[in-house]
Amino acid sequence: MNDTVSKFSVNDLDLFYGSFQALKKINMEIKENEITAFIGPSGCGKSTFLKTLNRMNDLVENVQIGGNIYLDGVDIYSDIDVIKLRSRVGMVFQQPNPFPMSIYDNVAYGPRIHGIKKKNQLDEIVEKSLRQAAIWDEVKDKLKKSALAVSGGQQQRVCIARTLAVEPEVILMDEPTSALDPISTLKIEDLAVELKKDYTIIIVTHNMQQASRISDKTAFFLLGEMIEYGDTHQIFNNPVDKKTEDYITGRFG
Amino acid sequence: MTRQVFIQELEQLHNNVIKMGSIVEQSMNDTILALENIDVELAKKIIIRDDEIDLLEQNIERDCINIIAKQQPIASDLRKITSIMKIITDIERMADHCADISEYIIDLNKKPKAKAPENLDKMVTAMKKMVIDTIDSFVTADLKKANNVIASDDEVDEYFNVIRDDLISMMQVNKDVIPQCVDYLMIIKYLERMADHATNIAEWITFIVTGDLVLS
Repeated sequence: MNDTVSKFSVNDLDLFYGSFQALKKINMEIKENEITAFIGPSGCGKSTFLKTLNRMNDLVENVQIGGNIYLDGVDIYSDIDVIKLRSRVGMVFQQPNPFPMSIYDNVAYGPRIHGIKKKNQLDEIVEKSLRQAAIWDEVKDKLKKSALAVSGGQQQRVCIARTLAVEPEVILMDEPTSALDPISTLKIEDLAVELKKDYTIIIVTHNMQQASRISDKTAFFLLGEMIEYGDTHQIFNNPVDKKTEDYITGRFG
Repeated sequence: MTRQVFIQELEQLHNNVIKMGSIVEQSMNDTILALENIDVELAKKIIIRDDEIDLLEQNIERDCINIIAKQQPIASDLRKITSIMKIITDIERMADHCADISEYIIDLNKKPKAKAPENLDKMVTAMKKMVIDTIDSFVTADLKKANNVIASDDEVDEYFNVIRDDLISMMQVNKDVIPQCVDYLMIIKYLERMADHATNIAEWITFIVTGDLVLS
């Protein structure tokens, strides 16, 4: 592990859905300006954990959370307004989910909610965000067209632009390429690597090669526990725990 | 268990490396025998067998590339496959050296008989043990045995120096044996190189087991 600054510090995090314990005593430091990948089989808790980082689990009934999560040293479950938290910690989902409105309005949605009304200012944010999301050249002539009219890969980059428009510090990506073709997938991966200069990125992926290609750190989850967390090159060359080895090499049963 | 095809391919690869190692072990034993008896017929067989080993190397190399392309191995699987690609080069070089020594055996036979240098048998015994232990340690991923092989290399190097000095003395005393002594000098160099290749292989076995690259 290197000495870069921790963006998130997670201490003894437990999460229960009713009586079912989905996360068990998770402890980890997530570094700033790095890509951290969460891997593990379905139901291992990785997406649940991702959602605790911007309190998306607050929306689920019967959720109980123990332990602490600190963002830049501030406890996100007690000392910060949840709306403020989510503007600092944005999220991109598995299925591209543009709003049924124009590309421009999708990207301007967040800034408008945050009170920006001036057209020239919005124009600037929209262009900057679409450029950052590496899709400006492809959509600049159809900003007024429906975001639903472009391809899945383009929709996902529009959604990333929409996330970037509110200037978050962290971007959570929950299997952002699982619905995309290989070329769109690689574009999103290149984009993630480009974006980590300015943002901290945390990505849940079932695609092991994706984790190994783009992430700096990888955490392996199994049955609600974090089994192993380390530098990606170490995890994929020589994992310490046999369970990690069995998972990444595809040995089950 | 998932990935049955992949697991079978890895087993097949493992077995082919053992097969290649066994053939080279046979060549080494024959080389030692041919050297003791200056047996030209056996030496010729060793030279011919070298082609078989070259072919095996090519096949294993192709299998490794295919597995990498089709199965995207990682972690211990990747370490094993990449190491095998290095190991088979060393095994093939050992076979080359058996053939090289055989050429000198054929050459020695054309010259007046000269006494083999002292300690040659001891050097051969030490080198042979290294090669056999290396192949054994690959078969069972025996880290301790592989480390012993690495430690033994100095012994063979020392024999090389002692025998080389003896050969120089022999040549200084009797100019008539210079041609034979030069042949023996080449032979002990190849024997010393075979021990180096065994050491290299042992280092790759260490990498397969531990993930640590040994620098030599």
